[in-house]
Amino acid sequence: MNVIELERVSVRYRETKVRSLKEAAIRAVKGHAKADYFYALRDVSLAIHHGEAVGMIGANGAGKSTLLRVAAGIITPSLGVVVTRGTVAPVMELGTGFEAELSGRENIFFKGALLGCSRAYMRSRLDEIISFSGLEAFIDAPLRTYSTGMVARLAFAVATTIDAETILLDEILAVGDGAFKRQCKTRIEGFVARGSTVVLVSHELEAIESFCSRTIWVAKGEIAADGPSAEVIAKYKAQGS
Amino acid sequence: MIEHRSIAGQPLQWNVELRDIAHRSSLLYELVHRDLTVRYKRSFLGFFWTMLHPLLLMLIFLIVFSALFQTRTPHYETYFLSAYVAWNFFAQTIVNGMAGIAWNGPLMKRVRVPLSVFTVASTVSGLVNLALSLVVLFAIMAITGVPLRPALLFLPVSLTIVWIFTLGISLGLTAVSIFFGDIREMVQAGLPALMYLTPIIYPISVVPERFRWMIKLNPLVYLVEIVRDPIYYAIIPARMTLLIAVVTSLGSLIIGWMIFRYLAPRFHAHL
Repeated sequence: MNVIELERVSVRYRETKVRSLKEAAIRAVKGHAKADYFYALRDVSLAIHHGEAVGMIGANGAGKSTLLRVAAGIITPSLGVVVTRGTVAPVMELGTGFEAELSGRENIFFKGALLGCSRAYMRSRLDEIISFSGLEAFIDAPLRTYSTGMVARLAFAVATTIDAETILLDEILAVGDGAFKRQCKTRIEGFVARGSTVVLVSHELEAIESFCSRTIWVAKGEIAADGPSAEVIAKYKAQGS
Repeated sequence: MIEHRSIAGQPLQWNVELRDIAHRSSLLYELVHRDLTVRYKRSFLGFFWTMLHPLLLMLIFLIVFSALFQTRTPHYETYFLSAYVAWNFFAQTIVNGMAGIAWNGPLMKRVRVPLSVFTVASTVSGLVNLALSLVVLFAIMAITGVPLRPALLFLPVSLTIVWIFTLGISLGLTAVSIFFGDIREMVQAGLPALMYLTPIIYPISVVPERFRWMIKLNPLVYLVEIVRDPIYYAIIPARMTLLIAVVTSLGSLIIGWMIFRYLAPRFHAHL
């Protein structure tokens, strides 16, 4: 069964954006021609099967994040169709949805709700999240008093506790020190081991090669290669050098 | 297993949206909780501010109207506040809904949530504030000797109608203001004018007979009336007034949702 299917999907944006009614009126009076489109994704088709671990690589600005967003159902494609089956939890940026004025504990529930978890589920995992983040002493202080590293640890602890059939991870290995990265990797291995579908966007090619049997290489809004990780990564490296 | 389809050019479906909001009721709860906690943590007076606000206003209008204009409305403070709490809910909620874009915009692009949940949450937060203002109003009534009568039991019906009306306007305006940022300023400038065009601080009887039909074109006249009737006049609103209020609020919800559902798929390009 496919958990994610993209059928001839494009995501495009107008090159000049009209931001106010005033601008719109001026443009209408002056009779501007319709603006050209910029394609963040162009005519992409792909299917991800249940239980697969898929890596996604490509240069910055190639369209990886857009592809992940459209696959997660966060954004609607400009052209084409996206179908997802089962619960899908995208983890786009670790800090997303944290609220400075709320305490660490309140933020755990808030972030959990954004990722699609019920309060009961979050309550059952609360102790584990707090001890995993190592923030027991500060958990009732407002988040604005935390250091960047503390926020990242809390965010990671929450994000990797989610209970979804498909998990989409965008660059979460990019932040943090060596110990943090190792923790990340252990958790991702856990997802794969329990049979969740995982899509991992990263610049860390070794990590992708070790977790993911399949890799998709995105370049200029299109799929440049899709296949066994070793092959695709080899191609990517050859092109890059 | 839930299947989710996003198809280019397809507007939101109300049944899918409702299913997704119901399916993730914790999200609505958390959003309201965040709205309220953050708003009150930021201000020194906290929850008291919500209570103080109607008190201060009452004082101002009481002085202006009883002393300066020598109004003959008995218990003017209850007369004014019973309509003002409904107006304030409406005005605050639509302004907060639009202001929430700056706050929630990044979330709309990064998490998978039904997009209308943010607007729904801001109306629910508004209802909580409204409930607090009503507590203050009832206290003032008790102190000034206005009896609390059984007609008050009709109030939840009136407030539901006002809520539906507000939700509709808020959905429409929030969606449009994501595309055109200046809508928010226009609305903020227009709201005080609309307040004075609605019989809130004055009874409609002060308007000369030949202009009254113009005032009555404003749907807020009826929405304010159905809230004032059970509180101040201790009566259940007239059938015709109720009918007009129900029809306009359903109309508002349908039109607001129509605007929202067609614009929502393109929000991400403008956030």
